[in-house]
Amino acid sequence: MKWKKIKEHIIYSLLRLTGLFIVCALAVLLFYIISGGMGKMSWDFLSSFPKDGMMSGGIFPMIIGTLSLMTLTMLIALPIGTLSAIYLVEYAKPGRFTDAIRLAVHNLAGVPSIVYGLLGLGLFVVFLGLGLSLISAALTLAIMVLPIIIASSQEALRAVPQNIREGALALGSTKWETTRYHVLPYALPGMMTGSILALSRAAGETAPIIMTGAAFYITHLPSSIFDEFMALPYSIYTLATQSSNVEATRPTIFGAILVLLLIVLCMNLVAIIARNYYRKKYRW
Amino acid sequence: MKHTMFSLKKFDYKKIRNIKDKTVRKILLGFGLTAVIFIILILAFLLMEGLPFFFNGDSIDFFTGDVWDPSSPNIPRYGILPMVLGTFLVTLGAIVIAVPIGVGCSIYLAEIAHPKIRETLKPVIEILAGIPSVVYGFFALVVLSAWIDDFFHSTTRLNALTGSIMLAVMMLPIIISLSEDAIRSVPREMKEASLALGLTKWDTIRGVVIPAALSGITAAIILGVARAIGETMTVLMATGNAPVISFDMLTSMRTMTATIAVEMGEVPFGSIHYHALFAVGIVLFVITFVINFIADKVMKRFREKY
Repeated sequence: MKWKKIKEHIIYSLLRLTGLFIVCALAVLLFYIISGGMGKMSWDFLSSFPKDGMMSGGIFPMIIGTLSLMTLTMLIALPIGTLSAIYLVEYAKPGRFTDAIRLAVHNLAGVPSIVYGLLGLGLFVVFLGLGLSLISAALTLAIMVLPIIIASSQEALRAVPQNIREGALALGSTKWETTRYHVLPYALPGMMTGSILALSRAAGETAPIIMTGAAFYITHLPSSIFDEFMALPYSIYTLATQSSNVEATRPTIFGAILVLLLIVLCMNLVAIIARNYYRKKYRW
Repeated sequence: MKHTMFSLKKFDYKKIRNIKDKTVRKILLGFGLTAVIFIILILAFLLMEGLPFFFNGDSIDFFTGDVWDPSSPNIPRYGILPMVLGTFLVTLGAIVIAVPIGVGCSIYLAEIAHPKIRETLKPVIEILAGIPSVVYGFFALVVLSAWIDDFFHSTTRLNALTGSIMLAVMMLPIIISLSEDAIRSVPREMKEASLALGLTKWDTIRGVVIPAALSGITAAIILGVARAIGETMTVLMATGNAPVISFDMLTSMRTMTATIAVEMGEVPFGSIHYHALFAVGIVLFVITFVINFIADKVMKRFREKY
């Protein structure tokens, strides 16, 4: 019996260690990035153009590029994703047809990001002739985050109790009125939370934009959606792997990573806080 | 007269509402179909740009050749085997590291951890999942590779092991959150029955909870694997990208995803090389599709059980 207790103790400690490992992994990662990038943080770094082959100067065009890419991606993906989730949850009747759509959403979520890049290159850049541009990259990323938006919106819609729908229908509302005025208001926070997470994913994605419009160095900001652009994740990648002077560009890379992480983690944080808030607010 | 006007208005209003309802239904159906359209588009464009390679290139060499050297001035060769092997080994390494830690952590979170520890660990895992892959890649390139080199005296500075470890860390959030869900959905009665029979907590976890959640945990692992196979930036920056056949984890390797990412920027549109990269994309798509399909089946079986 005593031996058994000891054994149990050892196993519990090992399991605890796995938890500790996760915390340490994050701590080490954040430590290196924050300590490496903190020194670079200044208004000048954030608001000026890169100089001397990006060994000095700022990362302003990358930040603008990433932000405009995110905005454009969301403008495309958000309506498609939420409306298609509304169809799937509120309108679709069970059957082969609906199963096919579900299967498609599911498979879309499993496609590697680089394959989305290939799609973007084949469809938007070459076939539709949009060229290497902000719009090609945004369309590609929009398709990529679509399954995330659909899945989280579906979940939010399903969480609205059935009797609210039945009540509205019983009072003579049409299906759309029920959905619009009695389901959506409650599901909206959840849908937005999922979309913010999807957006943060799009912000950090690199592989698809390599092929669809991100550029290593441009001297001006993109003037239209048909221009090439600079983006934080792509610049981090190219500077880290293809720079002629690794040591000199390293502070810039660390700074860019810190900014990218701040953008991504802030959005994650907002999403997590919002989710917890609304979970408490609506308890059916 | 007044009465008829009133009823006429009411009638019209109702009709408009119904028309509106029907229109909205049709529009929504159109949006619902987008996912299907995009899947078809992905397939169509992979085939459209990839198949020409099999018509014009050496498709036997593609599947059996052990040399990938598209820029060779004499005879460019497109053998996918080194990359398939690279992807396989790097992923295998990641599985070996991530599965024990991931499953262990999910058991800890679901069954053992104090609620307060759980509440702090969950966001940590979520943040880990939210970090962009290029950041992991940079960390592997700059920090992790130096550690590995110091510790194992690796053959090349960037090697498969570095990629595996970094991928393992990236897989962990998926494995942990999905298997924790699986463990949590094991019915309470089963656990209570086991405890009531006098088994200790650990015996219950090992003998009742884990077997019951096994298919869910398996599905979680398979999905993690699918993610690892499809991951691009991390392996691209960490493994050194030498397309050679080698089983030594401490040498440089190159995965299918990295090949597409590195070379796509340099090839002229419509060249054999361009089509070959799409052919690699087809292989990658098929592999991840099959793995996701299997994960789906396993998950379905788990859900039907409870």
